[in-house]
Amino acid sequence: MSSKPRDGDAGRARIVVVLALAMAQWPALAADDAYCTSASGRYRVSYTSELEPLAINRIHSWVLHVESVDGDPVTGAAIEIGGGMPEHDHGLATSPRATEELGGGDYLIEGLRFHMPGRWEIVVDLRVGADRDRCTLSLAL
Amino acid sequence: MRRHWPAALAVLVLAAVAAWWLPSVVPPAPWSSAELALLRALSLVSLPSVPPDPTNAVADDPRAAAFGEALFFDTRLSANGEVACATCHQPERRFTDGLPKGRAIGTSARNTHSIVGSAYSPWFYWDGRKDSLWSQALSPLEDPNEQGSDRMAVARLVARDRAYRDAYTALFGALPDFSDAHRFPVSAAPLGAGTADSAWHAMAPADRESVTRVFVDVGKAIAAYERTLLPSPSRFDRYVDAVLAGDARAQAELFTASEARGLRLFIGEAGCLQCHNGPLLTNNEFHNTGILSYPGEVPDQGRIDGLRTVRRDPFNCLGEYSDDAGRVCPELAFARDGVELIGAMRTPSLRNLDGTAPYMHKGQLSTLAEVLDHYNRAPLAMIGHNETKPLGLSRRELGQLEDFLETLAAPVAAPSAGDGAAVGFGR
Repeated sequence: MSSKPRDGDAGRARIVVVLALAMAQWPALAADDAYCTSASGRYRVSYTSELEPLAINRIHSWVLHVESVDGDPVTGAAIEIGGGMPEHDHGLATSPRATEELGGGDYLIEGLRFHMPGRWEIVVDLRVGADRDRCTLSLAL
Repeated sequence: MRRHWPAALAVLVLAAVAAWWLPSVVPPAPWSSAELALLRALSLVSLPSVPPDPTNAVADDPRAAAFGEALFFDTRLSANGEVACATCHQPERRFTDGLPKGRAIGTSARNTHSIVGSAYSPWFYWDGRKDSLWSQALSPLEDPNEQGSDRMAVARLVARDRAYRDAYTALFGALPDFSDAHRFPVSAAPLGAGTADSAWHAMAPADRESVTRVFVDVGKAIAAYERTLLPSPSRFDRYVDAVLAGDARAQAELFTASEARGLRLFIGEAGCLQCHNGPLLTNNEFHNTGILSYPGEVPDQGRIDGLRTVRRDPFNCLGEYSDDAGRVCPELAFARDGVELIGAMRTPSLRNLDGTAPYMHKGQLSTLAEVLDHYNRAPLAMIGHNETKPLGLSRRELGQLEDFLETLAAPVAAPSAGDGAAVGFGR
């Protein structure tokens, strides 16, 4: 708002810093999330896909990695997988399941299949001890 | 003003004529990079090689394909000696029969599927009640409305035909000796017609098992042949090549403006890619699109019934006749239940439209124009929930879509498709 160049620059720099901090707090704003932060803010879930690059119409597995926001792997979690395409108002093509705990916070998720291009959500429901939490991964195919 | 009205009228008339005529001659807008990616994904250049079938040890054996081709055209595999697989799956009609429902000994329950490209599907039949090509091939053989035979008769045919006997032995090992009429009746099958069922139950378990094994092997040979039936590049694929090469002149030579506009609608606002995606233009998934029931019949439950059936099928991926020692079977293990399956049918490939009307699971829609009109209106489903939404496309736009769909036509790629004169099996 000031017409002096120095004040205007400082103002813009402040805005940039605020935006950067905001984006760091809300990773869900990113276009393609290889990870998500759970609703309670306690856990972070990331994945690697057996199918790389991700493609439609192929049944495949993921390894989910669950850790606390401090980076400590979470073991012994019970995991349920849901999701779908929010823009198309339908769920997943299959019933993927966590079939094996691999150790080190890694969990094998089998039976994923994406049957059309577009934006998908994979909803990870976690039970860690008495905690119940949810994390939503977002991906575009 | 009165002096100028003829000129004004002439301008109006010219404008109206131009608005009607121009879209067919003005080239459509160039493809965006996002659209290019979608076009490439639909082209045969993106088709991976045929996926392996671990449940069928001879799936990719050319000797099995030759044996299976001969069986496919053999009318002796029917109760009346007049029906072969090819009776309904006619090569000249892209392996369909041009009828609403298949007609053989009786009338089949549903519309005959094209087999071209079916090797890529994890499920078979409109309701997905079979999870392998080989187990699907066994059903019509014992279906009283289709081939009406029984596994004992099928095994006997393989044993007494010299060429079949030799082919079978080379692939699967020695055939059992069926000469003892006390142990092996003329005709026997579980749930078979006439005396076949009681004859089956009178057999010793070990003998029933050996007959079933030969029956399963016949299915596996037929499947090996069917896996060779693949689509070949169409004018659409050549157009995509031209688009990817940035060759505007070739694009204009290959596609009319109407066809290009239809393609743009297909990958865009018509929403076809929700089901008709990938290089075969099918995701092989089950969708309810609000197709009306066949006149006089209750609506078809579709996948919700088919899933229940395939889980119980002794010939499924997890069963003892599967060659998959590990019994990995992800499709069966992670198949989805739920109300979305009610009235849901498997998506057919749009590369098999040419000459294969009528369309849908009981041939309810006779022409492509009717199909497109159906999707445009998106009526309420009689059961379950219609996943599609009304499109609001104009008559002209529906015509453009139809023009595009016709560019997908191409001959079947398999060299041995159609004549049944497989080497060594001539009759």
